Amino acid sequence: MRQVRIGAGAGYSGDRIEPAEDLARRGALDFLVFECLAERTVAQAQLRRAADPEAGYDPFLEARMRAVLRPCRAAGTRIVSNMGAANPDAAARRVADIAAELGLPGLRVAAVTGDDVLDACREADPALDRGGRFGDLGARVISANAYVGVAGLLRALEQGADVVLTGRAADPALFLAPLVHAFGWDMTDWDRLGHGTLAGHLLECAGQVCGGYFADPGFSDVPGLADLGFPIGVVDADGTVEITKLPDTGGAITPATVKEQILYEIHDPARYYQPDVVADFSGVSVEALGPDRVRVTGGAGHPRTGTLKTSVSFHDGYIGEGQISYAGPGAVARARLAQEVLETRLARQALRELRFDLIGMDALHGPRLSAGPEPHEVRLRAIGRADDIGAAEAVANEVEALYTNGPAGGGGAWKSVRPAVSLCSALLDARLVRPEVTIYEAPAA
Amino acid sequence: MILRDIAHCRSGDKGDIANIAVIARDPADYARLCREVTEARVAAFLGERVKGSVTRYELPRLGALNFVLTEALSGGVVSSLALDAHGKSLSSALLALPLEGA
Repeated sequence: MRQVRIGAGAGYSGDRIEPAEDLARRGALDFLVFECLAERTVAQAQLRRAADPEAGYDPFLEARMRAVLRPCRAAGTRIVSNMGAANPDAAARRVADIAAELGLPGLRVAAVTGDDVLDACREADPALDRGGRFGDLGARVISANAYVGVAGLLRALEQGADVVLTGRAADPALFLAPLVHAFGWDMTDWDRLGHGTLAGHLLECAGQVCGGYFADPGFSDVPGLADLGFPIGVVDADGTVEITKLPDTGGAITPATVKEQILYEIHDPARYYQPDVVADFSGVSVEALGPDRVRVTGGAGHPRTGTLKTSVSFHDGYIGEGQISYAGPGAVARARLAQEVLETRLARQALRELRFDLIGMDALHGPRLSAGPEPHEVRLRAIGRADDIGAAEAVANEVEALYTNGPAGGGGAWKSVRPAVSLCSALLDARLVRPEVTIYEAPAA
Repeated sequence: MILRDIAHCRSGDKGDIANIAVIARDPADYARLCREVTEARVAAFLGERVKGSVTRYELPRLGALNFVLTEALSGGVVSSLALDAHGKSLSSALLALPLEGA
């Protein structure tokens, strides 16, 4: 294959669906990739699966597939996604059923599993980044999933899958797998794997490279943000990539938007650790080819480490939160008085952590960076964590009780109590992960 | 004059580590970014917001600097009780960094 056209249909689970549908209809794509799994999403999906064996995949899977399956089939576009979340098999069965309903018999849907390494962690008992070992978390553990590479995805594509659904994989691997498949790259061709990783990294946040998360009026203006298009990567056999989008969509693809995305969530640019390669972005250049067309060259790579980052989730008590607003003369003083009342009353609760913020004042950047005149209105936020749900409820309820017991003029109180799921990570020997592929074929309706 | 006048920034998170990319609007200003936006100045400016280290990586072909800030996210996005647990707004904090006049 001379060039591959690969589109990004989602940058996170709750992302907009119509830009993906537009790409499916007009993109003339070889592949459409949906990246939908944030750090904590697998844990939440695992909890849903524990309650219902056929649940645990992305809540928007059905809506997305109903929007794109038909146009993708018509255009010969294959779909790759981590919307399988904690249950790729159930997700694949559901998509096969939807395909049948839509009159697409014979559609092949692959479930790729192997990222669930809970049993391997119980056996290997790896060290955790938060200190201690896996075993120390005991019965609190919910899930352990490794960020796996392209191996399972590749096998599914080789078996002719039209839709490939997996759980946890390194985000760029969702894009790298179709490229390795289409171009037949060797899995020790580090520079091509590194460049393919760069292409995936640029595309994985969908709208973000098209001017989403970029606009700063008067300094960095972006047209048509309400109808932001999603990106297409046009990849050459050597891995170099042109980032573009469909005509008549909002947003802008410029060297500036592309540079921001190259460095997004990157530490040492010469060492971006991935399961299949250590990608090297330190020599990357960008060049504008025309409106909404930017070419990216100079990606490279180094041999993979042989270890996989593994995300471990565990029950971490309960979080209680309350917020209330004050405005007008003395608003800040009244909010501070409200905080003092809460501090006194919540000291009587068994809270592991308690935090206060004055939203509108200094909640984001802290007091020193936020120095300036007092705002007209502020919102007090109290949030605490406890092992006991009663103590978490007290945080929420004490904020609400400020209505009748606190300073004058508090308004708009809001409260929430929720179970807390925390995450930590470990490194696991890659040989402990064995991908498996199961193909489900859509029956005739 | 502040950093926002000659650069745009994007922050990202991984665990308890944040990064802030500082990108020259005009590549001709890259040398000036290298000179003025040092590890020491960024650490001093962000102050208590960053509890760990500040490391700078240079990307001359992109006209960009990448700052990696450890212990910057109150324990990390998945356990922090902070309003902006991702530290998404850290990039906006750095845009206010004062620069010497043109």
